[in-house]
This record gives sequence, structure tokens and C-alpha cells, in this order.
Amino acid sequence: MNARDAIFANIRRSLGVTGAEATRRFEVERRIAEAPAGVVPKRGQGDLPARIATFKAEAERSQASVAEVDSLADAPAEVARFLRDSNGPATVRMGADPRLDALPWGETALEISSGPSDGHDVNAVSMALAGIAETGTLALVSGADNPTTLNFLPDNHIVVVRREDIVADYESAFARLRSVYGKGGAPRTLNLVTGPSRSADIEQTLLLGAHGPRRLHIVVAG
Amino acid sequence: MTAVATTPHFKENVHDALTDARLQGALVHARNFTGRRAAAAARLPEFEALRDSARAIKDHTLAHLDLYLEAYELKVTESGGHVHYAEDAEAARTIILDLCRGLGARSVTKGKSMISEEIGLNQALEAAGIEAVETDLGEYIIQLRGETPSHIIAPAIHVSKRDVEQDFRKAHRDLPPDRDLSEPEQLLAEARAVLRAKFLAADVGITGANFLVAETGTSVIVTNEGNGDLTQILPRAHIVIASIEKVVPTLEDAAQLLRVLARSATGQDASVYTTFSTGPRRPDDPDGPAEYHVVILDNGRSSMLGGAFEDMLRCIRCGACMNHCPVYQAVGGHAYGWVYPGPMGAVLTPSLIGVAEGGQLPNASTFCGRCEEVCPVRIPLPNMMRHWREREFERALSPATVRAGLGLWAFFARRPTLYRFATDLVARALHLAGRGKGRFASIPLAGGWTRYRDLAAPERTTFQSQWRAKSGAVK
Repeated sequence: MNARDAIFANIRRSLGVTGAEATRRFEVERRIAEAPAGVVPKRGQGDLPARIATFKAEAERSQASVAEVDSLADAPAEVARFLRDSNGPATVRMGADPRLDALPWGETALEISSGPSDGHDVNAVSMALAGIAETGTLALVSGADNPTTLNFLPDNHIVVVRREDIVADYESAFARLRSVYGKGGAPRTLNLVTGPSRSADIEQTLLLGAHGPRRLHIVVAG
Repeated sequence: MTAVATTPHFKENVHDALTDARLQGALVHARNFTGRRAAAAARLPEFEALRDSARAIKDHTLAHLDLYLEAYELKVTESGGHVHYAEDAEAARTIILDLCRGLGARSVTKGKSMISEEIGLNQALEAAGIEAVETDLGEYIIQLRGETPSHIIAPAIHVSKRDVEQDFRKAHRDLPPDRDLSEPEQLLAEARAVLRAKFLAADVGITGANFLVAETGTSVIVTNEGNGDLTQILPRAHIVIASIEKVVPTLEDAAQLLRVLARSATGQDASVYTTFSTGPRRPDDPDGPAEYHVVILDNGRSSMLGGAFEDMLRCIRCGACMNHCPVYQAVGGHAYGWVYPGPMGAVLTPSLIGVAEGGQLPNASTFCGRCEEVCPVRIPLPNMMRHWREREFERALSPATVRAGLGLWAFFARRPTLYRFATDLVARALHLAGRGKGRFASIPLAGGWTRYRDLAAPERTTFQSQWRAKSGAVK
């Protein structure tokens, strides 16, 4: 008997089942198909302005900074302002997201390069699938549009999220994910990001910028 | 063979821990967790309902574990990943070593994984000539020290910043002697620079998993540093090592558990990085691992299903039980002698390595009940420790003095009249003897106890007889 069969046999022996019971199979299939939500906190609920206010407050609690701009076209100027204020170089790495690509980067002094990060980029800009109000969390998906390495290697990570993409809770973010990848589907990587990287492993002293970005700046664009 | 246990020497370990001034100084930091958890729980009105929900999800999944594992495996394979099964630690090590050799791996980076500790993976990799680098800051520190984690979410909680500075100076040879490393901030910067190079050079990344999602074939990890992510997205292959009970049905179920996990562990509403990984890099992906493997470990867990310790399989490894345990707070994690310390370790260790080796741990409890009060999935830890004590006694594994004492007590307890007479006599005698001060600074044969505190002299009569006199209704 191979290891797989042995483990399944032992699980079934311990549970007193054969694995062929129709009721058990039905129960499991139904649960996966229906994906019931369970207990969803009220904190993130509300109309769009309320969700944005909660998102902003919660993200700031996690030491991210948040700026609101009137339209996506205003995002490059906000990115430039943030980098100027944080005294970083005026270079930005980003993926192939057409929504970012279409923005007027030429109106800023920023030097833009495209593609994943090899560890030498100081600043990166990504576009989020959603912002989750409940905990001020960003949902970022992998792919050519927004390479996952940009979320972790640069010192400063700037994430643009559209106002209408600010959802109440994790369950709403999963619904958006399923609308893109289908039920049961998923990107290679979904990153839920709440604030900049940190560690408290030395004497429980909380420090930002452990292995990932030292600063996380969120641009909510109308 | 799993990680070597010093659990049979628990008593000696405890003695060493209590007299270790350096350790006692460091353990003060472990007490910060309790207030943070309480604040996070208080901030979320639905927290108690979420605990019930988390418990129900785990119970449901365990009752259908065979079917959810099948569903999970199917989805991993569909997304281009590979699932491997390991009955025990040795099998898991062999699978991982073979994968690493097949990839021609010379260096491996690792995200924090207690399962990796359980199977002694680092030693096996090193023995095979493969460099294994722990990348969680705490894990990296204890790896340099040649130690094991003393806490499941804060592995280096027993280490002071002075110790870390010495460890770094010894290990990082190119450090100028005049470089200031006196504060955590400078130590973190040093570790970040050293580990960044390791991340970029690694051939294989190995992480654990907090959850495996059957619906999508996804492994989920939770970190604050981002080390788990750099471990899995940069190398050519990502290997996940997870035990059978990590599977949950859906993304929604994972969200329920995540809501109680971070709050119970560090008191955060959410950990900084919660990452869902499904299969290898896709055709259009510019980054991510080309291969994705999951090693599913049993190591004794399937035998716990349907038995007295099944509830322990609900555990989501938040560490709240040890953070709130007066015994853990006094002795730290190493005294427990194996991978899992604190109350969850006291229940799990005898299940996984046997009651003969781990049977002393369930005695390390005052039964104060705080662990069960804070457990996000409501595991009845004190009850289960009591259960282990019974088994240890039944199998005559407890020390002769304990057995003799319990035997003596049982003799009286089974004879109520004699018990009342004897306890009444002792209460009167002690009351008389302690009349002067009302307490005893020393008692013959109980010097170990009275060294740290006085024993209050009893009232003239026993509790039972006072109760009888007051209520008149107790037989």
C-alpha cells in the first residue's frame, strides 16, 4: 500500500467510514459549491463613502499611509509627491496593467520601468483587485499586470485602488476574485496585504520593514 | 524518528529554566501578548461568534477529512501542482530531499514552519549538503544559535538583544567590529541585508501552510515580515509542508479562521501578509516558482481522529494557550522538550511521540483554565490534559512517589467517614500548631513548596464540616 492509500485508510478507519457514503459526499460537494459565508463582521459594511472611511482608518491603524485623489489620472502626481516627501529616488517599477499604463506618467518627473523586480528597485506601483474595509487590507493578484515580486522586494510599495473597488469584507473580495477566475479558480498568488512589513521577534520590539516594504502607501482614486 | 525530545527530562528542564536568570529576564516579554489579544477581541463584537464558527468549521472538516483531502488534491493537480503524502517524518524528509536533489538545489530558503521542526528537516538538508536558511527573523536567530523555537509564533522569545548581537557578530564574518548593533532596529537591518542575498540566491523555497483550501487547491500562509512570500516567489520551486488537518473547505472558511487567528496570536486584526498560493507560475506570469509541490504529513494524526484527542486537531497554532499559561510564563518553551510547548504541546506531544516519552507534560498545568478560555477553536485543553494524566497513571508511568501519594489519598477518599475524621484531625492539629503566626514558613517533607511561600494555617475545622454546619443539607 502506498503512503497515500495508507493515510486515507487510517483516516477512514478512525472515522468509521468507507469514503463511499453518498450523504457525506453530498455534504462536502454542497459545502464547496455553496461556500457559506459564516459570521461576517459589521465593521466594514456600509455604503461606498462609509466603506472608504473605514478602509482608510483601518489601513492607517496598520501603519500604511493613505491618500485620496479625484480620478485615476491624478494618481501619478500623488505617487511623485509621496516619493519626493520620502526622499527616495524618482524611479518607479510597475507591471503591464493597462489601467496604470494609460495614466499620464509623462507629466511627472518619474522614471518608469516595466516588469517584475529583481531586488534592485526602490519603488514599485501596483494596482489592487480590491481594498477590504474591514481591516484596511489590499487584495493583490499575480500576473503580468501586477507581478508579485513588486509587492515584496522594493522599499516603498505604492498601491492604487479604485474607489469602486473598496469592498466591505473578505467575502466580497473573494466574490470579485471568482468573477475573474471562476468559481474554484484562483490566480497563482493572491496577496492580502495589511500595512508595511514588520517584525517583533527581538524582545517584542515592533519594527517596520522586516523583509518586505518599509513603507506602504495607498492611493484611493475616484 | 522525529525531532529528538528531551521531554522525558521535563523535571530537570524545568529546574534549569527556573534558575536561569537570563531566560527569566527574557520571558518578561512573553507577557505582552495577553493584553494585545484582549484588546483585539474587545474591538470586534463578533469575536465570540467567530470562535464558534471556527470551531464548527474545523469539526465539520475533520469529520469529512478524507473527502476534503481528495477534493484538495484534485484541485492542486488541476492547477499544475503536485501532492505527495508522507506517513511519518522520515518519509516527509525523503520526499523533500529527493525533490531538492532532482532540482539540483544547493540552497533552500525556509518560511517558518512548525511541521518542518517536527520532522527535523533542517538537519536532514544540511546532512545532504544543502544549505537551509531560516528566513523568519526569530527562526534565523535560533538557527544561528543551534537552538529550537521556544514558542510557536515567537520562536526567539527567550533570546535577548544582547544575545542576538553576539550571534550576528559570530556568524556574519564581514561585520566591522565598530558597527553599532546595540538596538533591535540595527539588528533587523543587518538581518534584512544578509537574508535578502539568501532569498535571491535560493534554488528552492520551503514554507508551511496555515490552511489548505479544498475549493481551490490553495495553500495559505500568514506572516508579518514578508519572508514567507520572498521564500516562495523567488526560487525555481516552492515546496509546501503541511499536516493533514490543515485542510478547510472554502475560501470563506479560511476567512473565518483568519479572523480569529491573528487576533488570538499577536492581537493584530489581520497579519500583514496573508498569501494564497495555487499551483506553479502561469504561462503569462513574469515571476513565481516554476514548480509547486505539497507534502502532506500524517505522523500520527489520522489515529487521533474519532478518539479522545480528536479536538486537538482543531488547533490553528496561534500560541494563545501558551501566552496565557502561568506554567509557560514561568519556564518558557524549551523545558517542554519537544516541538510544541505550552498547553497545546502538553496535549499534542504525548499523542505524537507517545505517553511514555511525553506523559510528563500534561502534569505541568495548574488547571487554571485560561488556555481553554482563550483558545480560538475552543479546545478543551485542561480536560485533555486530565485525560492524559489518567492514562499515564493507568499505565504505571508516573513516579512511585506520585503513585504512593495518590494511592494514600484514594484510600481515604473512598472511606468518607474515615476521610472526614482524618481531615478534621489534621485541620485541628495544624490550626493549633499555627496558632502563633497563622502560617507556616516550613513544613517537614514540603520544603520545596514552602521555600517560595508560606502555608496559611487552616481554620479550626474543615471546609466540609463548616459547609455542613452552615447549610445542614450536605450528606
